[in-house]
Amino acid sequence: MNDQTPISEREAKLEGIGCKRKRVEDIRFVQGKGNYVDDIALPGMLHGDFVRSPFAHARIKSIKKDAALALPGVKAVLTAEDLIPLNLHYMPTLAGDVQAVLAHEKVLFQNQEVVFVIATDRYIAADAVELVEVEYEELPPLVDPMKSMAADAPLLREDIKDKMDGAHGPRKHYNHIFTWEVGDKAATDAAFSGAGVRVKEFISYQRCHPCPMETCASVASMDKIKGELTLWGTFQAPHVVRTVASLIAGIPEHKIRVISPDIGGGFGNKVGVYPGYVMSVVGSIVLGVPVKWVEDRIENLSATAFARDYHMTGELAATPDGKITALRAHVIADHGAFDACADPTKFPAGLFHICTGSYDIPVAHVEVDGVYTNKAPGGVAYRCSFRVTEAAYMIERLVDILAQKLGMDPAEIRLKNFIQPSQFPYTSALGWEYDSGNYPAALRKVGEAVEYDALRAEQAQMLADFKAGKSRKLLGIGVSFFTEIVGAGPSKNCDILGIAMFDSCEIRVHPTGSAIARLGTKSQGQGHETTYAQILSTETGIPAEMITIEEGDTDTAPYGLGTYGSRSTPVAGAACAQAGRKIRQKAQMIAAHLLEVHHDDLEWDVDGFQVKGLPEKRKSMKELAWAAYNNVPPGMEMGLEAVDYYDPPNFTYPFGAYICVAEIDVDTGETKIRRFYALDDCGTRINPMIIEGQVHGGLTEAFGIAMGQIIDYDELGNVKNASFMDYFLPTAVETPVWETDFTETPSPHHPIGAKGVGESPNVGGVPAFSNAINDAFAKLGGVHMQMPHTAPRVWEYAKGLGLVA
Amino acid sequence: MAKRLISLTVNGETVEHAVENRTLLIHLLREELGLKGAHIGCETTHCGACTVDMDGKSVKSCTIFAVQAEGANIHTIEGMAEADGTLHPLQEGFRQEHGLQCGYCTPGMIMRAYRLLQENPNPTDDEIRLGISGNLCRCTGYQNIVKAIRYAAEKMQVREAAE
Repeated sequence: MNDQTPISEREAKLEGIGCKRKRVEDIRFVQGKGNYVDDIALPGMLHGDFVRSPFAHARIKSIKKDAALALPGVKAVLTAEDLIPLNLHYMPTLAGDVQAVLAHEKVLFQNQEVVFVIATDRYIAADAVELVEVEYEELPPLVDPMKSMAADAPLLREDIKDKMDGAHGPRKHYNHIFTWEVGDKAATDAAFSGAGVRVKEFISYQRCHPCPMETCASVASMDKIKGELTLWGTFQAPHVVRTVASLIAGIPEHKIRVISPDIGGGFGNKVGVYPGYVMSVVGSIVLGVPVKWVEDRIENLSATAFARDYHMTGELAATPDGKITALRAHVIADHGAFDACADPTKFPAGLFHICTGSYDIPVAHVEVDGVYTNKAPGGVAYRCSFRVTEAAYMIERLVDILAQKLGMDPAEIRLKNFIQPSQFPYTSALGWEYDSGNYPAALRKVGEAVEYDALRAEQAQMLADFKAGKSRKLLGIGVSFFTEIVGAGPSKNCDILGIAMFDSCEIRVHPTGSAIARLGTKSQGQGHETTYAQILSTETGIPAEMITIEEGDTDTAPYGLGTYGSRSTPVAGAACAQAGRKIRQKAQMIAAHLLEVHHDDLEWDVDGFQVKGLPEKRKSMKELAWAAYNNVPPGMEMGLEAVDYYDPPNFTYPFGAYICVAEIDVDTGETKIRRFYALDDCGTRINPMIIEGQVHGGLTEAFGIAMGQIIDYDELGNVKNASFMDYFLPTAVETPVWETDFTETPSPHHPIGAKGVGESPNVGGVPAFSNAINDAFAKLGGVHMQMPHTAPRVWEYAKGLGLVA
Repeated sequence: MAKRLISLTVNGETVEHAVENRTLLIHLLREELGLKGAHIGCETTHCGACTVDMDGKSVKSCTIFAVQAEGANIHTIEGMAEADGTLHPLQEGFRQEHGLQCGYCTPGMIMRAYRLLQENPNPTDDEIRLGISGNLCRCTGYQNIVKAIRYAAEKMQVREAAE
């Protein structure tokens, strides 16, 4: 059978790389047929709920459970005392610290988990929470991270007060976690002392929260007869959870099955392991029936996985004509009460040392001090690779501040300092090897699209009108050029608890030519079921609609490190391509056997092999799949399967140029985003529709962060923004209309050249907004306004500059 | 706790169920009736993930007691597609225009859009944005949701004109 269908038609049928394929997932989601953790109902299932601390820092004097236990329907009331015999009152964190599962002797942040009640339904559990009496003795709270290491600071962590050797080296103070340093200090200091121009600024990136629409949840079911634990949960990294669960609970890993069903958004919130997960497991072990735990929104915002809280003193040295000669930074990182940051183990400050950004800076030195405060633990990468958004924000603000000092245009200073296309692969002063890029072309393309010069002229006119008293409006033009570092990561750099950060794909082609592929990652909305099939389709010639993609069940999927840090496409996507190529290699041998030619005489043609020069002598992948189960070459195994565990040789470095045009009403502080133009280069584009959707979503999250999101605490450590009443999530009304664009510079080391895109818009978006607001005031005496740029804060800032009466 | 028998219509079918006075409508729908399309996102009436249509209005079922739905006519996402599986134009529009990612807000968003289009069959983009401003989405940035609703509006108008 010789398929003579034209190549273009056969290619279209594949819906492979580059196709705006409609999403497979949507069929169930638009009908309300997703399957999220809270949708799971098992026979006899109980519900758990927490008694939480009202205080930020207090000693627990007593806990009275009797009234709660007496309530009909209450099955258990568990405290740290109950966990001590199991050695479960503390759990290890990904950062080498421990975290209290239930507070032991002391509480260290408001809403910390103190008691876990388990009841027949969630209403009775909530009633029981009210009936537990906990007596506290308040202790002085430590809220300001800049004061954590003061001589008279309150001692927070009594459990480790004598352990002055931390997971990342010596601790300088009882509230100190780690010092992390990179770069050439002597050379950097020398460059600064001889510099023609220097700028220095304290740049805070406020504590905020990823806040996916679905909160965290788990259902644990311990089968005591088989000794098997099944754990459903909102896990971005189910395999890691299985390993951690085995280490914590002492259950052999083969007796644990972790399932991440559909996940309602993650954005970093669902990377970590939380007390609620652990307590659902403990509850199920104790009671022998399934136990569900679902966080409410206040708990989500106040107790699981904050992001950022980086307080950065950044400096640039430059020549008088604007060539940057050195970067220096010191960061105080507020990690809250326990160091539960989710970073590759060797990097306590994540990949923050990407902070030289897109610029060719000869020398740099960075030092980060992590400290404890009486706040929730976390420090997750909220839609970014580990601490990359903090790095991008710092360098992009500093470059603007330098431009302002030199009287240069923000675009001009960037063009002057860019790493040039000819310099790739480029090794940065802090040791990263950037894979590919063409930065000047990207920025110029955006500049032309928005008519940058005309915008600057309009801005100057508006400023003149403002100064002349004719108008009360200012225009801000925010330029942001970011380089990300994603796809963690190469085993030489990256591991989590000793497990290298590879990822995996296993594919089985069925006799009739369809296939199933399973991966070690887990989509939370990114559309993996659609896009992985596209990669496999291009590689194997099997139409995407004939390939089922499965993730999230540790009993069936190969081990992988999960989805965060834009690593799915760079790592698991590469594993897809490699596994697909293995399928093709075997199919080629089968084709040679069937066509009675040497395999080197065959060539690949969209969806099958043909004899070179004789296109009528061809075998389609469908035919080869069938033959794999009945007619393989002598000595070859039957079947058509492949597995690939992909250890990337390097990170990938997506980049982009964003311009934000903001109009500010000085008298109200209100900002209107008039225009936002985003050009992203994520290398090879697998599904342009999904890429655009990712950019829209990431920009909206960036807008939220820059313009309003903050998890703020009062001086007593009370969290002030832990509900949707107080925590800013943009609605459709405030959200700007996004204009997107792209260039395409493939990654040279990735099998299909793809770099990842989900997080770029958050990383590049935040500085674009902030630069726009700051730019509006740059010629009126303003230098740097801290985020978030809410109307009252912008108004205060303008007032401080004497612009408001 | 004492229970009270209530009767209501859900997606065209009469349902009788005993509920506590304090049982929220969302819990009746999700946990008693097995209609899990509506989700809980905030419990404070802000996010709209739990939106269903009740007596011709969009309501957030996480802050309504089930007993308040006594005698009510309720439509949920599960009742949107036709019996033969044909998707409602809104469901189709959300897929065509990539108006969803994680899918968690989607049922509430579609049910809100359904009522919006009943009230205003041909809304402008700004009217759509205002109309869905009680429904939060963290994934899409709303732009494609607006397109999806416009797609459905156009399709429904064409269909109506043909009838």
